[in-house]
Amino acid sequence: MSTTVRIPTALRTLTGGASEVSIEGSTVGEILKSLDAAHPGIGERLFDEGGSLRRFVNVFVAEEDIRFLDGLSTPVTEGQAVSIIPAVAGG
Amino acid sequence: MSSRRAGIPLEALESASRLGRFTSLPEDKGETVVTFVAQLSCRECGRAYEVAPLHVCEWCFGPLEAAYDYDAIAGSITREKIAQGPSSIWRYAELLPADRGSAVDLGAGFTPLVRAERLAGALGLGELWIKNDTLNPTNSFKDRVVAVGLSKALEFGFKTAACASTGNLANSVAAHATRAGMKSYVFIPSNLESGKVVATAVYGGNVVAVDGNYDDVNRLCAELAGTYPWAFVNVNLRPYYAEGSKTLAFETAEQLGWRFPDHVVVPIASGSQLTKIRKGFEELHKVGLIGEEPHVRVSGAQALGCSPVAAAFLSGSDTIKPVKPDTIAKSLAIGNPADGYFALDAIRQSGGGMAAVTDDEIIDGIKLLARTEGIFTETAGGVTIATLKRLAEEGVVRPDECVVAYVTGHGLKTLEALSATVGPTATITPTIDAFTSAFDIDEES
Repeated sequence: MSTTVRIPTALRTLTGGASEVSIEGSTVGEILKSLDAAHPGIGERLFDEGGSLRRFVNVFVAEEDIRFLDGLSTPVTEGQAVSIIPAVAGG
Repeated sequence: MSSRRAGIPLEALESASRLGRFTSLPEDKGETVVTFVAQLSCRECGRAYEVAPLHVCEWCFGPLEAAYDYDAIAGSITREKIAQGPSSIWRYAELLPADRGSAVDLGAGFTPLVRAERLAGALGLGELWIKNDTLNPTNSFKDRVVAVGLSKALEFGFKTAACASTGNLANSVAAHATRAGMKSYVFIPSNLESGKVVATAVYGGNVVAVDGNYDDVNRLCAELAGTYPWAFVNVNLRPYYAEGSKTLAFETAEQLGWRFPDHVVVPIASGSQLTKIRKGFEELHKVGLIGEEPHVRVSGAQALGCSPVAAAFLSGSDTIKPVKPDTIAKSLAIGNPADGYFALDAIRQSGGGMAAVTDDEIIDGIKLLARTEGIFTETAGGVTIATLKRLAEEGVVRPDECVVAYVTGHGLKTLEALSATVGPTATITPTIDAFTSAFDIDEES
């Protein structure tokens, strides 16, 4: 199944400027792994040496933060988009 | 001192455009801009970036922060020059990332630091001060950060201001954008207090009410910031915008007679204000305005219904877990605080404390401040006062300390929170008999 992944500006150097890419996978973890395979370098930006998402990286499935879901194991179903978003200041 | 063109960032902007950060370049105004900002640097990994409308490290996603040439500032800034400056945040222009000469200015800052003897007596404290930031142009501390953020936005050539807001920022961005002749798009949760909505919409910009909480609004704006060439003050202008909060520390020290307080109590939403207040005290020492090193204990205030930082602090955890906010303190209702880790570090390193107070305690805090000091604060200030009370009871805030509590927004913004518990003492017919039967008044009093 192909999923749309929305790419933040800070990573678009690695996607040739594309703000959205289409990636295969059924969980967030699989999709981010495939994203790194398709666009090498993204993985080291998103994950620390221990393999955990860096603390200022937020990932959303269908607009919901995966920390409220099942983290990297969160399933992604047909039609749902995955967004990668840096933390921003308050207001 | 570095002197650059107002599009200093022009090369950076062009580079940013190539990277797809903007759909088109903001216009370069071709004016000279003077600041002491040397570069932006990542707070996580330390990588350096040029001065441009960037906010995230491309390597680790850490937030970028303005870094200054402190030696140059020390050679320029003096207490006397500051005293001769305007009665606003711009008296400390050398320590801000935007040029005073082209500032968007509604008169933000230099608000009263009020000695609070009655409140101190009620809480068993000694030298207690209230930084009354309700008296800013749009009645919250947000005018400090927005004045800096939009001044920088104009330097960069942006024509449209935008933000994600829990209300106070919305008021301030709408007002300052109008003052600057900019268009504005202000995004707010659709359940905001009516006062905050009206006090934003009145300035005539676009107000976008989003069905969701603040974190939803913030996520949306983070994505829109990559699509439109707008100055989102708390997204792509964040490294500059956030610096405005340092002026809360500068003013406090100056108003105390150029000395540091022993302890400050600061509300936490994203955590930015607290960390910048601490940075402000440190900078006063770095540039030689205060000779001694600061040893200011920094304590944080959160509402129990949205207390991700307090939960980490109180449980001894290094991990901040996002929450779904449920509190009357909507201006602090950020469940995923971007600067939470930095705030947590600042509190721990400085020997401060934290509390998470209930909605009832927040209302009691609002009333306590109003009824002891004559200052009416919104719910965020109620969180601060309730936390001050808790920490005083726990002995964390001590009577031998010089304490400053930051009251950052006006009570007229959140009347709904009090309307059920505050009202007329009596309702009478317009006769003397009705009055005298309602009140048993001692004529000597």
